[in-house]
Amino acid sequence: MADFSVSDSSAAAADAARVRALASFKAGDRLFQGLTTLAAVTVLLVLGGIIISLSIGAWPAISAFGLDFLTTQRWAPNARPQAVLGGLGPIYGTLITSVIALIIAVPAGLGIAVFLTELCPQWLRRPIGVAVELLAGIPSIIYGIWGFFVLGPWLADTIEPAFVNAFEGVPILGSIFDGPASNLSLFNASLVLAIMILPFVTAISRDVFSTVPPVLKEAAYGLGCTKWEVVRRVVVPFTRVGVIGGIMLALGRALGETMAVTFVIGNSFRISGSIFAPGTTISAAIASEFAESRDLHQSALILLGLLLFVLTFFVLAAARLMLMRLERKQGV
Amino acid sequence: MQLNLMMRVAVVAATAVVGSAANAAEITGAGATFPFPIYSKWADAYKKETGDSLNYQSIGSGAGIKQIQAKTVTFGATDMPLKAEALKKDGLVQWPMVMGGIVAVVNLDGIKPGELMLDGGTLADIYLGKIKKWDDEAIKKLNPSLALPSTAITVVRRSDGSGTTFNFTDYLSKASKDWADKVGADSAVEWPVGVGAKGNDGVAGNVAQTKNSIGYVEYAFAKQNKLTHTGMINKAGKKVEPTVAAFQAAAANADWANAPGYYQILTNQPGESSWPITAATFILMYGEPTDKAASADAIKFFDWAFSKGDKMAEELDYIPMPQSVTGLIRKTWTAEVKNK
Repeated sequence: MADFSVSDSSAAAADAARVRALASFKAGDRLFQGLTTLAAVTVLLVLGGIIISLSIGAWPAISAFGLDFLTTQRWAPNARPQAVLGGLGPIYGTLITSVIALIIAVPAGLGIAVFLTELCPQWLRRPIGVAVELLAGIPSIIYGIWGFFVLGPWLADTIEPAFVNAFEGVPILGSIFDGPASNLSLFNASLVLAIMILPFVTAISRDVFSTVPPVLKEAAYGLGCTKWEVVRRVVVPFTRVGVIGGIMLALGRALGETMAVTFVIGNSFRISGSIFAPGTTISAAIASEFAESRDLHQSALILLGLLLFVLTFFVLAAARLMLMRLERKQGV
Repeated sequence: MQLNLMMRVAVVAATAVVGSAANAAEITGAGATFPFPIYSKWADAYKKETGDSLNYQSIGSGAGIKQIQAKTVTFGATDMPLKAEALKKDGLVQWPMVMGGIVAVVNLDGIKPGELMLDGGTLADIYLGKIKKWDDEAIKKLNPSLALPSTAITVVRRSDGSGTTFNFTDYLSKASKDWADKVGADSAVEWPVGVGAKGNDGVAGNVAQTKNSIGYVEYAFAKQNKLTHTGMINKAGKKVEPTVAAFQAAAANADWANAPGYYQILTNQPGESSWPITAATFILMYGEPTDKAASADAIKFFDWAFSKGDKMAEELDYIPMPQSVTGLIRKTWTAEVKNK
């Protein structure tokens, strides 16, 4: 009781102290808000600055080639009287390697995620989860070296000739899997990319799978569904948007990957149609040619960079949108 | 007092550091990868002798030209010489520093260095994609005694712009009309076939790694990586192997005295023992440098390299510039590089 019997004057002093303290809190809050806003605005400024400087750098190439840049395969920086530079080869290579990587990584990643959330014994869950996440931590140059020294020769000696022989003479597939087998190829790059994006697909799918309310699954099991039916009819439909968002994030990574791809793709601008032939991607082309390029050649490389930027931007924006939609659905 | 003393010590120490930095110059240069092994060897020896060090970035010929134009380095180095007009426009002085050979290297089971013989036309056809297999008639005709596999040829070439590529494609253009019409000679060309690798070391690594492949590298890189080089049939129709004598024979034909800016391409030279893909590598410096002291330091290094670096160059299979030419170059320095 004694605690509450304070005199009026000391109460007034305490009030004043509290006002001062609150005022200083407010000032601190405002400062904090100002600093964080500044940090956030910086991101926008940097983003805008990148777009502007890319556009300025790409302008000579845009005005020289226009829309033809997107449909021209020829890449001849030394052509006379003027360089002929078309982005079709690197754009094709970028898309084809990313798509093949997704075709491989998505089923594998979803399989791992289903196993980890639905089927895996508790004691195995952590080791596998950690191992997959560690894959994401390996620097891309390591993947490049491995692809160059180990995967490439192995593919060229075993897998690729087998495909070439199996599909020889078959229409369409015969030209997709056409020889000669090459250590450095679109296929090699796609495989390396698939391994690199696997952790993204797995981690995001696992996270969204675990948002499925247990009551739904239990109800399905109660009706006598098999595990496959539960995954197929309950888990995947409930999380579809999130899974697609995760796949898009992985696609964004695959589109922009540079170092590992430059090592294993063979840096050839020609489109042969076969996935066992060397090719190039936008980022690999920039990495290998930029230092020695000048004038229009350099501008064309910057234009390629701008295209990649736009492409990746839309892919990531779509991914964000889908993940946001999923969150809203959960909120309801 | 204590503080005062400490400050005085610090000032003395700082003066000492600044003083020693001023005494031991650091020469900065950038450019071609082709002469990098010999420049770094010279730099080591030069540092031991004089204390001055060389900071050479082997970033490629084109990049070297850009760096000297941006004046971020004291000298630029290029394997693709600038023409006299271009030199005049930028106020640059150019001279050849050392010569070397470019060789074709192959990775074929059972074939030893120098065993496989090629000529310019065949090499051009391989790089054009017209010759696709190792047992092609054209290759067999040049190598009747070799057992060549019926496997596809993997062509390896540079993915970056390169002075080595310039000299190689210049040779192919001289040896094959088809190549001259379809591709031409430049530091970066529109390659009809092949996989691209970055740098001389990248091509060397790719050929070492890929069975049934062919590539082209500066001879020192072939030797260091223990790659299988080929022999060549030269302009005179004679079989030659890449040796210092063969490189020298090709270089002997060059008429340096009458070439403005020492612009000389040494590929496909006449002479029975000339190696067909020989090349000189060049130095670029400003005629009227902004930093006169740095310019003088660099010239001092090059002068030292001309008088004492010949043996080191030969150890790495480069060919030193002949005495007569270094005499000309020294005269050029006095007349054109105003760093006094």
